[in-house]
Amino acid sequence: MPLDRRILAQVYAWLLVLPAMALLILFTHYPTIATLIDSFYSTPRGRRPQVFVGLDHYQRMFFEDPVFMQVLWNNFLYALVTIPLSIGIALVMALWMNERLLGRPFLRMAYFTPTVLPMVAAANIWLFFYTPGFGLLNQILSLFGIGDVNFLGSRETVLWSVMAVSIWKEAGFFMIFYLAALQSIPPSLKEAAKLEGASDWYYVRRVVLPLLAPTTLFVLVNAVIGAFRVVDHIVAMTGGGPNNASALLLFYIYETGFRFWDTGYAAALTVVLLAILVTVSVLQVTVLDRRIHYR
Amino acid sequence: MSTAALPVRPVGIVGSETGFDRVLLTVGAWLLALIWVLPLAFAVWAAFHPPLFAARFDLTAPVTLDNFTRAMEAAPFARYMLNTFILVTMTLAGQLVLCTLAAYAFARLEFRGREVLFFLVLIQLMITPDVLLVENYRIISRMGLLDTILAIGLPYMASAFGIFLLRQTFKTVPKELDDAARLEGCSLVGILWRVYVPLARPMYVAYGLVSVSFHWNNFLWPLIVTSSVETRPVTVGLQVFASVDQGIDWSVISAATLITSAPLLIGFLLFQRQFVQSFMRAGIK
Repeated sequence: MPLDRRILAQVYAWLLVLPAMALLILFTHYPTIATLIDSFYSTPRGRRPQVFVGLDHYQRMFFEDPVFMQVLWNNFLYALVTIPLSIGIALVMALWMNERLLGRPFLRMAYFTPTVLPMVAAANIWLFFYTPGFGLLNQILSLFGIGDVNFLGSRETVLWSVMAVSIWKEAGFFMIFYLAALQSIPPSLKEAAKLEGASDWYYVRRVVLPLLAPTTLFVLVNAVIGAFRVVDHIVAMTGGGPNNASALLLFYIYETGFRFWDTGYAAALTVVLLAILVTVSVLQVTVLDRRIHYR
Repeated sequence: MSTAALPVRPVGIVGSETGFDRVLLTVGAWLLALIWVLPLAFAVWAAFHPPLFAARFDLTAPVTLDNFTRAMEAAPFARYMLNTFILVTMTLAGQLVLCTLAAYAFARLEFRGREVLFFLVLIQLMITPDVLLVENYRIISRMGLLDTILAIGLPYMASAFGIFLLRQTFKTVPKELDDAARLEGCSLVGILWRVYVPLARPMYVAYGLVSVSFHWNNFLWPLIVTSSVETRPVTVGLQVFASVDQGIDWSVISAATLITSAPLLIGFLLFQRQFVQSFMRAGIK
């Protein structure tokens, strides 16, 4: 190719990626950097301009703000409980779906429908479900002689109640990835295991689960990111309360940024969230990916 | 060994085709399924019965559509629905165009800085625009786009996920087809439109479904950038309605909840297989 043709080809390629790149820079790269910078500056208020405050926000966050610590702890607990449970339930659902049991279309609909609902809609449905007095859950509990529980109103139960919504919504979504993976396992493996006299449980544990490892990694990364990214149900169901008992990190950022308009502090909080997300991705690429491909 | 080579019908993972453990599995699966539909069933019950029966399960309770009409009268759900429809269509259209162009360049063209740019694209897979609420709000406000439908969709239009998916798919298109079309004098847009897009159709459908359901359901970002009836999508409309206007009339709130989810839900019930397959396809690449 002559030189000018080659330059033309370069320009062409750049023109093709330009529109997407411009938007990505505008709404992802630039705001990421701006967040980092803003986290070292005070919040401009009225006539007081933004001034450099160094690590002040971070000091406040880690040493002077009990709410932040509570929120961080809530979020880790939330991730630690919802992720294994929703993945575990998803796996069981997929194994059942794969069995072609009686009423499979109903099962598929039941498991997967929550995934299609908007999180806000799910939250409203569960809000009703949890209502003290006549909510369905309390009606069921009263059949067992358990008195009225104010699921969303008390510090002890609120975070768990919110977790249930997340598990309910996510499990069906993860199920389909497991189902796809299960369907790609050749049936001959099962036959071979049978001939060797392996029990079903042994087959699941030693053959199926290892073969599902890459799927589990994929689902796991999605689940972790989801656990730090989705707070719609917190906004709709509890508003973080009572007393911050159900506030998650992104919800706290939202409150700090848009209710208290403390944008400097919100930027520093966002940096923590970004650090968590980046750590997860780096872990995925370096540690987990290698270990699983080794298989 | 012939049985291993020729499975007559797909064999499950556990249990035999008949017998006791199969019954046990079925019972387990149904039990979980019933628990899973319970909250939704409760909402459906409340929505279709008079408020008096919202939480009383009397099979003789009269069925009514009253709650739906009351919800529609109390809040402009038709307008919210239109907003969401515009939002979802606009966002998807933007995504398809931008992602197709970029994905083609990344998949098939040699150019300086390709690897670096692609890495920059992938960053958006972990840092999504909705995490950067505060800064993105500032940007949208500086652009003068606050309280517009465009503001809700714009940050998502250059989708790393879409670029990545389409690039993977485009890479599987035989290069000879590309070359042949070029020899025929096809322009680049012609090649994309006649060769790549038709061959990648299942992926477009898959991505489209995932994108539509994501943006139909998206909440926090639209909550922040919209403030009027003319721009609010249904999710935000529902929240405003449920938290401010209604007190605790659960029948009406349940009806409103069903209204907002209905289009996706009905779509899902009609095209279950396609939905599940699309989510699968988009997730696995």
